[in-house]
Amino acid sequence: MRISVLAATLTLAMLPFSAGAVEPDEILDDPVLEARAREISKDLRCVVCQNQDIDSSNAGVARDLRLLVRERLVAGDTDAEVVDFVQARYGDFVLLKPPFKPETYPLWLAPGVFFLIGTGAVFTVLRSSRKRAVEGTLSDDEEGTIAALLDDEAGEKS
Amino acid sequence: MRRTLAALPILIALVFGAFFLWGLNPDRDPNAIPSVLISQPAPTFDLPPVEGIGVPGLSRENLIGNPEPVVVNVFASWCVPCRAEHAVLTRMVERDGIRLFGINYKDKPEDARAWLDNLGNPYELIGSDLNGRAGIEWGISGVPETFIVAGDGTVLYRYVGPIVGADAEAEFATALAQARTKIGANS
Repeated sequence: MRISVLAATLTLAMLPFSAGAVEPDEILDDPVLEARAREISKDLRCVVCQNQDIDSSNAGVARDLRLLVRERLVAGDTDAEVVDFVQARYGDFVLLKPPFKPETYPLWLAPGVFFLIGTGAVFTVLRSSRKRAVEGTLSDDEEGTIAALLDDEAGEKS
Repeated sequence: MRRTLAALPILIALVFGAFFLWGLNPDRDPNAIPSVLISQPAPTFDLPPVEGIGVPGLSRENLIGNPEPVVVNVFASWCVPCRAEHAVLTRMVERDGIRLFGINYKDKPEDARAWLDNLGNPYELIGSDLNGRAGIEWGISGVPETFIVAGDGTVLYRYVGPIVGADAEAEFATALAQARTKIGANS
């Protein structure tokens, strides 16, 4: 009981945050289309307040783009078509998730390359240190010399 | 193998150093968004005139088939930097003889009218973009923005923000001169 009350309170408390900057007059009557619009808006960057998606931005252009996204959806565009429409006008920059293409290969692949270099380096270091440890063992002759020296020392002390 | 491995830290340091050199360059503006329009045909748009100023509206057709490059300026009466830029644009029209077209962005017609009455009208054509949809077609992020469009309707250059101050004006003048020689070379 208490937990359900807590959950309800938290949900209500979070409501204003989930709404982002979307104003009541922008929201579509069709909840399915509205949900798709929200998802699309979360992946589109606001070109004024960069690093903010248009869903949470109060900038004028962001509002225009939100309305545009909804308009395209109502007109029957797929999600991909809507994103393409905006991308054609504002470029890759408007996508918060950069596309995978030759110009962005370094961006996407660099972490993997760095990981490979790192693991490679660790392995090489470990293997060479193990080899050095093996090289560190003495031959039978050397062991004999040491034993003789130790014996001598023991004899001198006594 | 060991020798290449020994060179690796230096190599990594060099790569990172190059990135820092690029990133810390004071001339680099990290907020600059490259326009997708450059070297592309001007976007499709058709704007009615601002009511009551007696200047025709602006559409894509007006940008095609001009003998020389034209300048398209996005402005609004509510935009304070536009007021400063207005003097620069007027001077460019009067002194350099540029052809200036305007997009009146999200502005009330009566405000735009009063603004132009007060400051004078350097624009040959003005389209009224009440809902900002033409602005989206042009990919603008705010006002003012200024484009140079070649005679055949190809967008050559975009300037974000007011063209005010010696640096900005010099940069724009260079772009305009380049646009004009480009046309000369083509014909």
